[in-house]
Amino acid sequence: MMKKNILALLLTTALSGGAQAETVFVTLEKDNALAVVDPIAAQLIKTVDIGSRPRGIAISPDHKFLYVAVSDENTIKIIDAETLKEVGKLPSGDDPETFALNPAGDRLYVSNEDDSLVTVIDINNKKAIKQIKVGVEPEGIAVSPDNQWVVSASETTNMVHWIDTKANAIVDNTLVDPRPRALGFTADSQQLWVTSEMAGTLMIIDVKTRQIIKTVKFDVQGVTADKIQPVGVVIDKERKRGYVALGPANRVAVINAETFAVEKYLLVGQRVWNLAFSPDQKRLYTTNGTSNDISLIDLDSQAVTKSMGVGTYPWGVAVKP
Amino acid sequence: MRMLHYWRALWGIIGRELWRFVTQRERFISALVRPLVWLFVFAAGFRAALGLAITPPYETYILYEVYITPGLIGMIQLFNGMQSSLSMVYDREMGSMRILMVCPLPRWFLLLSKLLAGTGVSVLQVYVFLAIAWFYDIQAPWQGYLWILPALLLSGLMLGALGLLLSSFIKQLENFAGVMNFVIFPMFFMSTALYPLWKIKESSALLHNLAHYNPFSQAVELIRFALYGQFNQQAFIFTLTAFIVFMAAAIIGYNPSKGMMTRKGGG
Repeated sequence: MMKKNILALLLTTALSGGAQAETVFVTLEKDNALAVVDPIAAQLIKTVDIGSRPRGIAISPDHKFLYVAVSDENTIKIIDAETLKEVGKLPSGDDPETFALNPAGDRLYVSNEDDSLVTVIDINNKKAIKQIKVGVEPEGIAVSPDNQWVVSASETTNMVHWIDTKANAIVDNTLVDPRPRALGFTADSQQLWVTSEMAGTLMIIDVKTRQIIKTVKFDVQGVTADKIQPVGVVIDKERKRGYVALGPANRVAVINAETFAVEKYLLVGQRVWNLAFSPDQKRLYTTNGTSNDISLIDLDSQAVTKSMGVGTYPWGVAVKP
Repeated sequence: MRMLHYWRALWGIIGRELWRFVTQRERFISALVRPLVWLFVFAAGFRAALGLAITPPYETYILYEVYITPGLIGMIQLFNGMQSSLSMVYDREMGSMRILMVCPLPRWFLLLSKLLAGTGVSVLQVYVFLAIAWFYDIQAPWQGYLWILPALLLSGLMLGALGLLLSSFIKQLENFAGVMNFVIFPMFFMSTALYPLWKIKESSALLHNLAHYNPFSQAVELIRFALYGQFNQQAFIFTLTAFIVFMAAAIIGYNPSKGMMTRKGGG
């Protein structure tokens, strides 16, 4: 009934022809499945069963394998990124939720929230090689791009723990705002960005001194402060802008990575949780937990171009070129 | 009659309307203030309450301000259409209508010229409104600003024709308050201008049907889709049909031998 006009059609075709094809994988916490999305065509290609309560997801540096934390099965599954078949399992410890891969792709660091542990896994041998005691309820975890640090954030201890990757031991801690949720390194490994769910803030930590150099407070017009619960955080390669998912505020904050000023709040779906860049960093994908969709943000125009349904409770997102 | 006569009459009428519009600065400002108050005050209040579902032509979540912008464009045109009908009544009372009507050109042409003049004015108002909205971060793709023009012309003509039809019924200027109560308000509130159809459906099926078949809703939807570079065929056919019906009725209404003029005793 509604016909798109020819110009719009041509434009869409031109755009899709120009943009690189990529695949977006989204874990669906309630559907126990993995959604496979073609974001350029804005199409849900398929949904595959993956196991009980999948949450954290990452793709190997060679883009051949997906790692999915299947929380209720107490394992991280290795999935072939082409065939989407399970090819192995990693001993993640209990109730894995978030984890991080090292740049080489041979180590995986898992937060074990209930046991206050970080489990270090040797991917090639599929073995846990160490369990590091950290603060209470560890959640956010990240490896620095120079592979020097693994940083784990404890939600209840309100600390980030600096783990030396060679020694696999904590060498320092930084006290942060309450309930730190997620963290991300800048590409040059000089800064660590940490979000605090309860304080509604983003803290920028200087990696050399491991001190907070700036705290960014979010304030969305027309949204009460209690709904501003920052979660996922990503920073572009050039360190020009960072993006923070604000949870039930249904917004993604755009932060100038030089001045740390909030430039914009972009309206996305409900309870926006995690974020992932497209390989060329021209687009950003968000998982919107309670509205059961993902949003596509065009980073050139800094505008949300599309939101599309994927399944119940989208949680994590990974992108394959 | 040669083409030149038609041309001169057309420009005479349009020129007069435009001149009136440009010189009456208060009218221009008030025509803008009305939708802007709705946008800045009313929409701001509802910002969090609405705009949490995706309906075509939108492809993602939008703020309420974005949703009601096409509705407010419709409001500009609705008020403009009624205003020109008001001016017809005024012209009739003042006697300038007589001069127009004795012009040796077909009546339908004179009425259509009058209509085009009013629509032209409303299109100008809409573009100024859109320019202000643009700075308020309500931005459509640039093609939308071109595609909206034909939509605005049709919706402006349709609402103007409705105004013409009404003006043929109104005997005196004082009766215009009735138009406000019985036409403008019900048409505006029982439409998709302020709330999407699904939202209306949640509360009442009857209201939903009334809103769905309200020509004003269809005009608003035509504008809404055009602003995002899309063509809403159903809204187009509906608006076009409504225009033809209103226009035909207005022409009959202004016919001295058949229409309302005889009953009212003069034009």
